[in-house]
Amino acid sequence: MGEEGQVKLIKGRSGMMVAVPLLRMMALFATATATIVMAVNKETHTFAVATVGNTPVKLTIMAKFHHIPANVMFVIANGLASLHCLLMLSFSFLSHKYDLKGLRFVIVTALDMMMISLVSGAATATVFIGEIARHGNSHARWNKICDNFERYCNQASGAISASYIGIFFFMVVIMVNIFKREQLNTINNSTNA
Amino acid sequence: MNKAQWIPIIVLRIVAMAAAFVATLLMITSHDSAKVLGMTFQAKYNNSPTLKYFVIVSIITTIYSLATLFVPPKKSRRPILVLDLIVTCFLISSFSAAVGVGQLGKQGNSHAGWLPICGQVPKFCHHVSAALIAGFVAVILYVLLLLFSLNNVLDLVAFKA
Repeated sequence: MGEEGQVKLIKGRSGMMVAVPLLRMMALFATATATIVMAVNKETHTFAVATVGNTPVKLTIMAKFHHIPANVMFVIANGLASLHCLLMLSFSFLSHKYDLKGLRFVIVTALDMMMISLVSGAATATVFIGEIARHGNSHARWNKICDNFERYCNQASGAISASYIGIFFFMVVIMVNIFKREQLNTINNSTNA
Repeated sequence: MNKAQWIPIIVLRIVAMAAAFVATLLMITSHDSAKVLGMTFQAKYNNSPTLKYFVIVSIITTIYSLATLFVPPKKSRRPILVLDLIVTCFLISSFSAAVGVGQLGKQGNSHAGWLPICGQVPKFCHHVSAALIAGFVAVILYVLLLLFSLNNVLDLVAFKA
């Protein structure tokens, strides 16, 4: 390793060494977008319920993201995933300094798998609660709320789509790590994860 | 690829298959009806898309566990790892969604005006809770299975840290 590893690092970077940090950056953008878009989700709806004399009595109802526990889990899971991506990206740039006897690759892959499960769980839970919000559930007498809060629902849908794109990129990173492990190992002894 | 590495995987797969099968059965046989103020209030797993998704994913998990018991161990470690990961993702997502909707049924959501339904159909709620517990056991087993599959591919046990 040593000299030859360093020279290979500087000169001809193989596609794999560039692809994995790039994919992680896309996953970082996607999950960070999902977190922020869901966290600022808020809508106020004012309508008149009665009229007293000449002045109408107005009722204001607000929809915030933390009214629904699934949205809270969504924000937390996507925030965790984006922090994880950030951490792994920084590790891959400082790869020749921190390598715990070759265990780093394994730890990163295992953590990636945990993260993808967490984010997919949060995203799917939010999708199904949103489905109840959009179509209601006549058997349980749960009314739909999206006809009053159109923008809130659309913004939540956008955040969920961003999260699924992030899951896709996570999956691609894991597959590259699993299938191209020997290539990544021989380029640089402290592997690029 | 010695036997000591394959026995825990096979045991885990059998137990996970059993857990997923039990979860499917419990969810399918859950139904209850109540008469409130003259209207019948019937609760079945069909009424909620989330619980239907849970049943479908549990069935897929059972069939997948059964199928991978018969796969030759040497050639196909990596595709099995990828498929394990995908099935674990599905399992965790269906369990999480079902728990979300279950919490909605048990405690309602005052902001959205959704009333809890467990007071009217307690038998249905208990059945669904039991199915979710079985699903949780399947989730835990599948996460362990994923780690074992990762060990098979990356040979973790040989690392001396």
